[in-house]
Amino acid sequence: MRPILMKGHERPLTFLKYNREGDLLFSCAKDHNPTVWFADNGERLGTYRGHNGAVWCCDVSRDSTRLITGSADQTVKLWNVQTGAQLYSFNFDSPARSVDFSVGDKLVLITTDPFMGLPSTIQVKQIARDPNEQSSESVLTIKGPQGRINRATWGPLNKTIISAGEDAVVRVWDTETGQLLKESDKETGHQKTVTSLSKSADGSHFLTGSLDKSAKLWDARTLTLIKTYVTERPVNACAISPLLDHVVIGGGQEAVHVTTTDRRAGKFEAKFFHKILQEEIGGVKGHFGPINALAFNPDGRSFSSGGEDGYVRLHHFDPDYFNIDPIPVFLARGGTLKNEDFVA
Amino acid sequence: MAVDMGKLRWGELEDDAEDLDFLLPPRVVVGPDENGVKKVIEYRFDDEGNKVRVTTTTRVRKLTRARLSKRALERRSWPKFGDAVHEDAGARLTMVSTEEILLERPRAPGSKAEEPKVAGDPLAAMSKAGAVLMVCRTCGKKGDHWTSKCPYKDLAPPTDSFVDKPPGAETIASQSGTGKGAYVPPSMRAGAERSGTEMRRRNDENSVRVTNLSEDTREPDLMELFRTFGPVTRVYVAVDQKTGVSRGFGFINFVNREDAERAINKLNGYGYDNLILRVEWATPRPN
Repeated sequence: MRPILMKGHERPLTFLKYNREGDLLFSCAKDHNPTVWFADNGERLGTYRGHNGAVWCCDVSRDSTRLITGSADQTVKLWNVQTGAQLYSFNFDSPARSVDFSVGDKLVLITTDPFMGLPSTIQVKQIARDPNEQSSESVLTIKGPQGRINRATWGPLNKTIISAGEDAVVRVWDTETGQLLKESDKETGHQKTVTSLSKSADGSHFLTGSLDKSAKLWDARTLTLIKTYVTERPVNACAISPLLDHVVIGGGQEAVHVTTTDRRAGKFEAKFFHKILQEEIGGVKGHFGPINALAFNPDGRSFSSGGEDGYVRLHHFDPDYFNIDPIPVFLARGGTLKNEDFVA
Repeated sequence: MAVDMGKLRWGELEDDAEDLDFLLPPRVVVGPDENGVKKVIEYRFDDEGNKVRVTTTTRVRKLTRARLSKRALERRSWPKFGDAVHEDAGARLTMVSTEEILLERPRAPGSKAEEPKVAGDPLAAMSKAGAVLMVCRTCGKKGDHWTSKCPYKDLAPPTDSFVDKPPGAETIASQSGTGKGAYVPPSMRAGAERSGTEMRRRNDENSVRVTNLSEDTREPDLMELFRTFGPVTRVYVAVDQKTGVSRGFGFINFVNREDAERAINKLNGYGYDNLILRVEWATPRPN
């Protein structure tokens, strides 16, 4: 495959997001302008101008009309996807780290960083249908976890909130009361900062990537650990294929060490694992910095990666990708197939 | 652009260019023609205020079959906004990689069997007797089974070295001798003294040029045609960069000179795809 290179950002990429139909790709970077691209040919459609700091995260509504971005300039902004016009700006007292629209797009989940003595928070805001009636009131505010909350997302049917961050613990909260419902086990869970969290297409399970060089697959309802994918680099980004039983993991050594080592030693590949067998099935090279963001197209036929090098690389899979059979390699490595893995 | 402004600061350039845009001829798009080559001719002012014509030639390739929804089709025609409105013609924000990136598959331990590790000329040994070469690297049994089919492979200690490229003649030199990490110059690697002379011979001397090929002939076709004469290390068909059409000639490298000679004798003047092939020794390029 010949990836499409998109060089619209001046600074490292932080986040990538496809819209529901998979025709638009939104990219966030440490420069101040989130950008939207056509996801098939990589042509730039527009930029959203208005932020005054690194943009950490974004989400797009299901009907692809609204974009929300969270930035280090202590604001979360709501945009018109088509025109790039800013519709509303939520102001905070600390940098916003992650944003996520609920199912139905009526609520938005925002996390803020610990800053100037303020603790990190998870906040829920209502999104008005008419931007003129938008209020900045928080419906719910959760405080508690120590350190930054890198990702927060909605659980099944918006009933729960799933959060993970610097304290390496994955937590599930009740949306109504804000009570802590479940916590991942310290022994089996992540050992270092959780950097990324990505839900499956149906929202039944999710994948977390951590600096402890592993990614873990969790059940979204029960928070049971299902699978662990071990790699040899810190994980900055992860994504679950909506089409095949694949997960993709990206990362690499920290940016400060990049200039002192060889490109190959940095392990800046996107690694594909078989979701069930936990077996590595391939790697896609190309970035010359750590991968910070990964996203699968909702059709599962292409994926994009964003790196510390400022490039977005859009990969349309070759036909043979869809015929990869991981089982021979798995067996040769001494794996045993378990029946329960293949029962739907 | 105004001259009396004295030194222009780069920050002002873009704004000024916008104001003067109406002076420029409109953008012309030619094509894409049947080869998918599209020409975009644009005019703009350069730093000194001169009018310059920028001709961008691109080849349009279809990458995936797109099934767009009605809404997505509507979004296709959305006007550009933000910084994308005044995009520089030469900015080239979106580029197709010139490098072919493959999904690199890891290998099962012990399945590196295709890689010949026999000392001396492995390919010569292959032509002598197939059975002797069939040595299992897992259990060390000769002539019974290939490594990948070894019944004892589960007992073997797993190796963690993956081969990046499919094994070919070139990988032998880079594989051997290198441990993990440290760079070893080619001259210090194991088998270096061999590769110097032998590789050259392979590349230059046993190379056969085929001309008057039909446009439809691809590398696999030539491979099929020439493989019958002996082991082939490389097949190459010259292809026009722009149009993707074969230019009508190609090269085949044989491992053995005798095989190449037989191929020339047999195939020179041979009718292939309603054309008469011309097969001859490829003269090495004068350096």
